[in-house]
Amino acid sequence: MTGAKMIIEALKREGVEVIFGYPGGAVIDIYDELYKAPEIHHVLVRHEQGAAHAADGYARSTGKVGVALATSGPGATNTVTGIATAYMDSIPIVVLTGQVPTKLIGNDAFQEVDTTGITRPITKHNFLVKKIEDLPRILKAAFYIARTGRPGPVLVDIPKDIQQSKGEFQYPDELDLRSYNPTYEPHIKQIERAYQFIEKAERPILLIGGGVISSGASEVVRELAEKLNLPVTMTLMGLGGFPGDHDQSLGMLGMHGTYYANMAVANCDVLIAVGARFDDRVTGKVDAFAPKAKIIHIDIDPTSIQKNVKVDVPIVGDCKRALERLLEAVKEAGKPKKYWKERFKEWWEQINIWRKRYPLTYKEDPNYIKPQFVIEKLYELTKGEAILCTEVGQNQMWAAQFYKFKYPRTLISSGGLGTMGFGFPAAIGAQMGNPNKLVIDIAGDGSIQMNIQELATAMDQRLPIKIIILNNGYLGMVRQWQELFYERRYSAVKFATIPDFVKIAEAYGAVGLRITKPQEVEETLKKVISMDKLVILDVIIAPEEGVFPMVPAGKATTEMILV
Amino acid sequence: MSERKCTLSVLVENTPGALARIAGLFSGRGFNIDSLCVAETLDPTLSHLTLVTRGDDQIIEQIIKQLRRLIDVYKVVDVTEEGEYVEREMALIKVRAEKEQREEIYRICEIFRLKIVDVTPRTYVIEVTGNQNKLEAVIELLRPIGIKEIVRTGLIAMKREKKTT
Repeated sequence: MTGAKMIIEALKREGVEVIFGYPGGAVIDIYDELYKAPEIHHVLVRHEQGAAHAADGYARSTGKVGVALATSGPGATNTVTGIATAYMDSIPIVVLTGQVPTKLIGNDAFQEVDTTGITRPITKHNFLVKKIEDLPRILKAAFYIARTGRPGPVLVDIPKDIQQSKGEFQYPDELDLRSYNPTYEPHIKQIERAYQFIEKAERPILLIGGGVISSGASEVVRELAEKLNLPVTMTLMGLGGFPGDHDQSLGMLGMHGTYYANMAVANCDVLIAVGARFDDRVTGKVDAFAPKAKIIHIDIDPTSIQKNVKVDVPIVGDCKRALERLLEAVKEAGKPKKYWKERFKEWWEQINIWRKRYPLTYKEDPNYIKPQFVIEKLYELTKGEAILCTEVGQNQMWAAQFYKFKYPRTLISSGGLGTMGFGFPAAIGAQMGNPNKLVIDIAGDGSIQMNIQELATAMDQRLPIKIIILNNGYLGMVRQWQELFYERRYSAVKFATIPDFVKIAEAYGAVGLRITKPQEVEETLKKVISMDKLVILDVIIAPEEGVFPMVPAGKATTEMILV
Repeated sequence: MSERKCTLSVLVENTPGALARIAGLFSGRGFNIDSLCVAETLDPTLSHLTLVTRGDDQIIEQIIKQLRRLIDVYKVVDVTEEGEYVEREMALIKVRAEKEQREEIYRICEIFRLKIVDVTPRTYVIEVTGNQNKLEAVIELLRPIGIKEIVRTGLIAMKREKKTT
């Protein structure tokens, strides 16, 4: 069997149904085999970055491993932003790249680049296949490494001669990777210690991050939170890990978090962080982050623990298993729900005062559509059942604040890397993986132009994605920083040329609509949602609307700028 | 927190790229490498690395965890952390050895039990093996005489076995 055929066989064994790719000289042999394998649906993108983001969106929305395929040289380098995006958010994707023939490696051959060298710091692991005998084992390892432990992207670089040469295909059932043994089961002593801290707590809070979603722990989070009557706050990556419409949800914390979430964290005495890594956008000034709290930190990756904040009870393990053990410890201790309700009553009273004092809000304006209003309406009309992809910047933060994500895997957003141009190709992946769900990309007029070529891909696949452009004619988040911290010197944030997005939609054969007045919002959104077509809705919003609350970079999270 | 020197003993899969991964980890995360020594072990599929680095306790903890996170890294031990250990480094030092200096150099070699491994009418090449203090002392003594060239191996280290049974 040829190497190219082995790749297809391995994809089948891994249960891969769809891959996103773009052909080229160094992968023609793989494409030739794909031609003969109709059971693997290949989505031809228009740029390799789109392929990586689509594989990522597929993985985030389904929980399965996403697969991208690109040729050597520029094909591989174009995937780099997509790989780094997946790496920062711990998303399992496998990227297959073609490479020049083995004997030409290092010769500066046509379309040669040191792909494994370039992607080494942005992959969980990568491989250069040098012998055909190694290929099946490496492909097996790539999928295994991508989805186990703390998930992440894995790249396999496959020279053209390896694709063409023949070998025996023996796909291993089991892998013995002696140097790779993720810890799933938490240390029981640490769980007991964690419970002791909770038992003594007067003002506890549960902080959940993306790890809750990747480990499928949201049910346990809910059970634990309800049993203990805990307030729950979420990082951007954790949204949907606990229902946003739940009484105990305080929404997102951090730079653009809610006033009450940030106040609760600043005043808590026990912080239980699960699958979160204390990013600077979450902590603000680290010394002032949860200063009174004992911190319990559950994470599968030991490097996340004690990296940014000092932790009192480190628990290395799978979030779901660790929470299950903790729940068992709570149940064993035997205190009824009523006890916890009573115990944290005062704490909740304080939180509710904060909630009343500064709820998430915005000023209405009869002359302009407010972006927050659009998201609120969208939440109402979709009842929180849609998958929302976002680009990066203000559009992302408004979506995170005003759409109450009820379920895991319904917010698809580039958190760690903050990649503009992520949302739309990710939406293609999400819609491919969830054909019966409503998939919406919340975009800005800046971000959408970074991967707008993928409209053709979505049209090819007849995907009824809804793109809602919150169009303020600015690179809004940078403009907001310039307004607040650079005395309104608006340097390079206004595009002189903004294309007509309605015509762009039409040029690709999609539907384009534009609204400019608040009273058009509800009706138009209803119409857009009901259409079984790709729609671009260009929403002209208040040009200088900001995202608030806002914690200035490097300040304590209690030093919020409110509306 | 105070900085300390830390010697790590690292076993890694003997695969291409493993060393680049480790070096990249240090440069990418702003950690220091003072010295690095790599060679095969008895098991040819594993390489042994001795790595000397510096940092406060929190940084060293991060370095160790980050190393362990690499898929190719089999084992990481902080040799300096607990218990006793031996460390050795070797240097080859080419010194100017004119007639009038040869006697003095020879005496230094005697005192430190150094080997002269190459002799020319005007130079000696001296082999020094020992811990870093010994190397530094020898270098300081030879410096005024005239060191033409020096090559050091970097430190290797090993934990001592416990003496009680």
